[in-house]
Amino acid sequence: MPGLEDLYREIILDHYRAPRNRGELAVPPAHKVEGFNPLCGDEVVLYLEVDGDTVTDLKIAGQGCSISQASTSMMSGAVKGLRVAEVRRLIRAFKALMSIHESKLEGDADGDDIRTELEGVRLGDLEALQGVVKFPVRIKCATLAWNTLQQGLDEIESGDAAT
Amino acid sequence: MNPTDHAGLDTARVQRDFPILSRTVNGKRLVYLDSASSSQKPQSVLDAMDEQYRTYYANIHRGVYTIAEESTAAYEHARAKVARFLGAAAANEVVFTKNITEAINLFAHSWGRTNLREGDAIVVTEMEHHANIVPWHMLCAELGTELRWIPIDHEFRLDLSELDRLLDGAKLFAFTAVSNVLGTVNDVRFLADAAHAAGATVLVDAAQAAPHGSVDVQAWDADVVGFTGHKMLGPSGIGGLWARPELLEAMPPFLGGGEMILDVRKDGFVPNEVPWKFEAGTMPIAEATGLAAAIDYLEILGTEAMLEHERRLTAYALDSLHDRFGDRIHVHGPAGTQMRGGIVSFGFDHIHAHDIAQVLDEEAVCVRASHHCAKPLMRVLGVPANTRASFYVYNDEADVDTLVEALERAEKFFAV
Repeated sequence: MPGLEDLYREIILDHYRAPRNRGELAVPPAHKVEGFNPLCGDEVVLYLEVDGDTVTDLKIAGQGCSISQASTSMMSGAVKGLRVAEVRRLIRAFKALMSIHESKLEGDADGDDIRTELEGVRLGDLEALQGVVKFPVRIKCATLAWNTLQQGLDEIESGDAAT
Repeated sequence: MNPTDHAGLDTARVQRDFPILSRTVNGKRLVYLDSASSSQKPQSVLDAMDEQYRTYYANIHRGVYTIAEESTAAYEHARAKVARFLGAAAANEVVFTKNITEAINLFAHSWGRTNLREGDAIVVTEMEHHANIVPWHMLCAELGTELRWIPIDHEFRLDLSELDRLLDGAKLFAFTAVSNVLGTVNDVRFLADAAHAAGATVLVDAAQAAPHGSVDVQAWDADVVGFTGHKMLGPSGIGGLWARPELLEAMPPFLGGGEMILDVRKDGFVPNEVPWKFEAGTMPIAEATGLAAAIDYLEILGTEAMLEHERRLTAYALDSLHDRFGDRIHVHGPAGTQMRGGIVSFGFDHIHAHDIAQVLDEEAVCVRASHHCAKPLMRVLGVPANTRASFYVYNDEADVDTLVEALERAEKFFAV
């Protein structure tokens, strides 16, 4: 039986109590994207500034549980300054990290794909969120920010973000 | 159980009737405080369903063989028992459905589409469950009817200052007898009288009132009442709709299929009589038997004793939470126990409901942390979610104490 310390690692609580990169950016030039978890009402707001092929700045807002807010804060620190292609790679790796548990349970053949996604990607502090997979209901809390980020990058690339 | 017994229920004895309460989670005694979501089941309900499956299970209203007749008799006996429990005049005023959500959808689809047209108004309240909101939204989108909302006041009760204006010209007033978030108990008879004076039909959501047997459709002077079995010690998969016979007679069928017909030809069909015309397909049969056994159990405990027990526990919980957490906790519900059920929803300023529930789970305390399928109400309260503890016949003061201790742990854990 996983314990609370598996879920609420100290670094997660630290990000929850003192979220990094909190604030807003002027839109435009930044792009604003919102994500919701309809089950619990959690909300993530991202302000993305992409210059050429690089995420030059990122601010976060919103409200929610410690896992969703800590994941958002940790994500903001991890992707700032990265090239868009690297950010997308990190998104895939993080989501792979979050699905390891389920695929193992189901003997999913995609398990190899997950290991491939994770290979060569430095998750750093983000690995602290791995404990979340032991609490399947909370996985959506952890991935909310990352899905929102992916949506934002897609919008920017498809030109929806005329703003 | 003597209803004048002020000591209330013999909770220790009640607890022994619920097998699940003897299990542990994380090595700790299970403290189940989520009965407003779904209640646990006593041994007698499990036995009744088991006995039917083992000895006389068959489809109902179809076979002429002995066990089919026994099965049919049990099903119709359950209908009669439900009717009496709800204070209905006759068994055939009760239609079985899978739950109250289906009951309200049945009424909205069948009565609503027959009787409402563009420009008509439906009145609901801000404290409704989605089950008593979304069917009306769907109807409004289809027919162009208007949905009006009775607000709540700062004491978490209905603000009735504009009641007459909101009911003016309304065709239907659909409201809950007891709020599943606030615990607020509404004066059903008063609201029904006001609606009838305005010419509106009255639908009452009794999902949280039926578990204590405090439904009396005739004393309420309601026109339609929905309930669900799984919140009142019965199995999931069965609930129902009570309605005045003249309404049921005039309503067209909801779902089409077997059982709900008298005749089917290539060019059409003749619907069955009430209530069977609303019971298409094979119904939850053993579930009806389980529900009847649940009602037997509730009637032995007695409505007055259950309500008194709940009042006592709620008062103890409100006092304990206030004593221990003071201004740091916000209870979303009426302050006293007058016209209030055993539902206590609360929040802490800097701790999300999910995080609280997670710490509570470590202590084997089961609470609900969410918007409780009442998002319009949560928006009025100004919170995305809160934590809800709900008390029922098998809960006691020790459960409240465990809850409070677990909350202290959560508060320490997430201290800023």
